[in-house]
Amino acid sequence: MIEMSNVSKHYGQFQVLTDCSTTVSKGEVIVVCGPSGSGKSTLIKCVNGLEPFQSGKITVDGVSVGAPETDLPKLRARVGMVFQNFELFPHMSITENLTIGQIKVLKRSAEEATEIGLKLLDRVGLKAQAGKFPGQLSGGQQQRVAIARALSMNPICMLFDEPTSALDPEMVNEVLDVMVELAHEGMTMMCVTHEMGFARKVADRVIFMDQGRIVEDATKADFFGTPRSERAQQFLSKILSH
Amino acid sequence: MNYHWNWGIFFEQVKNGDETYLDWLITGFGWTIAVSLTAWIIALTLGSVIGTLRTTPRGWVVALGNAWVEFFRNIPLLVQMLLWFFVVPELLPKDLSMWVKQDMPAKEFITASVCLGLFTSARIAEQVRAGIQSLPRGQLYAGMAMGFTLPQTYRYVLLPMAFRIIVPPLTSEFMSVFKNSSVAFAISVLELTFQSRQMQEDSEQGIETYVAVTILYFVCAFIANRVMGQIEQRTRVPGYVTGKH
Ligand SMILES: Nc1ncnc2c1ncn2[C@@H]1O[C@H](COP(=O)(O)OP(=O)(O)OP(=O)(O)O)[C@@H](O)[C@H]1O
Ligand SMILES: [Mg+2]
Repeated sequence: MIEMSNVSKHYGQFQVLTDCSTTVSKGEVIVVCGPSGSGKSTLIKCVNGLEPFQSGKITVDGVSVGAPETDLPKLRARVGMVFQNFELFPHMSITENLTIGQIKVLKRSAEEATEIGLKLLDRVGLKAQAGKFPGQLSGGQQQRVAIARALSMNPICMLFDEPTSALDPEMVNEVLDVMVELAHEGMTMMCVTHEMGFARKVADRVIFMDQGRIVEDATKADFFGTPRSERAQQFLSKILSH
Repeated sequence: MNYHWNWGIFFEQVKNGDETYLDWLITGFGWTIAVSLTAWIIALTLGSVIGTLRTTPRGWVVALGNAWVEFFRNIPLLVQMLLWFFVVPELLPKDLSMWVKQDMPAKEFITASVCLGLFTSARIAEQVRAGIQSLPRGQLYAGMAMGFTLPQTYRYVLLPMAFRIIVPPLTSEFMSVFKNSSVAFAISVLELTFQSRQMQEDSEQGIETYVAVTILYFVCAFIANRVMGQIEQRTRVPGYVTGKH
């Protein structure tokens, strides 16, 4: 589904990504972790072309992201993305947030879009909030709406960039539960997260990044059992200790 | 001081004609509003476009927008007014130049509106740019990630919030347009300031004249303020706190 080979990216002199290669097959759940500034967000934004990269190749469902002839908006519409700070559109009601993409990009009718949107809202347990605005919801609720918004476009895969790290601790689980359910339904997912409980529960593989490189790309069992690199071991012991 | 007060002066006839001084002021008030609103429409349209372009990833477009803003912001409005009226027509191709100087209808009004509109557009462009750039970068990403094109992301995501954020500075800009329109007297637009100078000379009742004019300008600015206040109320986003989301 997602294939990445030798992707490198730099800002001027500063190398953000170096020779990153990995594959995410259909239905797989990949967790990406690593210290702050290691390039996780940049890597995941390269997948749907939100960040350009200078060399290497990424294909999503056979479409090359970096190729100049690629219709990026069309590709992005098929890839769901969830952000650390939710990024709901604050001036739109929850329902509008859930329907605007369907209407403007997928050209669905307003009725159809609303029906689909409300169904998804119900699924994330927020049916009663349809008429509210993002600013009137808690962080956890906003993030669940953001997931529903991404799902409303019928994505072929989902990207998550630290979806729970801006949340108060008591709201983390309500969001993770939605993600676990999604994983169990067979959604292809690439998740930047430090929630190792989530990784243990649903990840097929774990990628560990350090200084712009993929240092470790292992099955869940290998990663938690015998991480090969010292950096990954240190990192794991640091996050698991609290 | 033995000033001869005469508050009835407004209803007296002017020296050479059958209008009253009040008629003069009403004419002036009308032209002030006409010039100001026309200029405001020009300014809001151009300012929004240029301010938006200044936030796009295209380097030369940004440079062009910046040049526009610097040019119109850094020359005094009065000088700009005179330049547009006396200099620009000379620079046009010969036929066009002749037409502008001799046949163009409502020449003073059009020149004043365009000049004030362009001057104000530079200021609005600056506010629109600041408004857009004050939004979290994640909003752009979120719009693009939905599959919106860049123009769609501006249309549906960035501009609606940016404009809400800049209503307060736009309010004072809207009020300024009415006040700045007084500069149009320099090219003989029959607006309020021009008419008041005429009235003062003709009637020799300076104090009454300028009290009336002051009140009329105040009314314009006050109404402008109220209109923008209404817009702010109507577009308020429930639960939204500026600087946080
Ligand atoms: N626009 C930019 N210009 C220059 N450097 C940048 C830019 N964006 C990111 N970087 C740098 O690239 C590196 C990787 O950033 P990135 O956001 O991908 O890290 P991350 O692993 O997601 O970190 P975090 O856990 O803090 O989110 C960082 O060192 C960052 O400072
Ligand atoms: Mg990050």
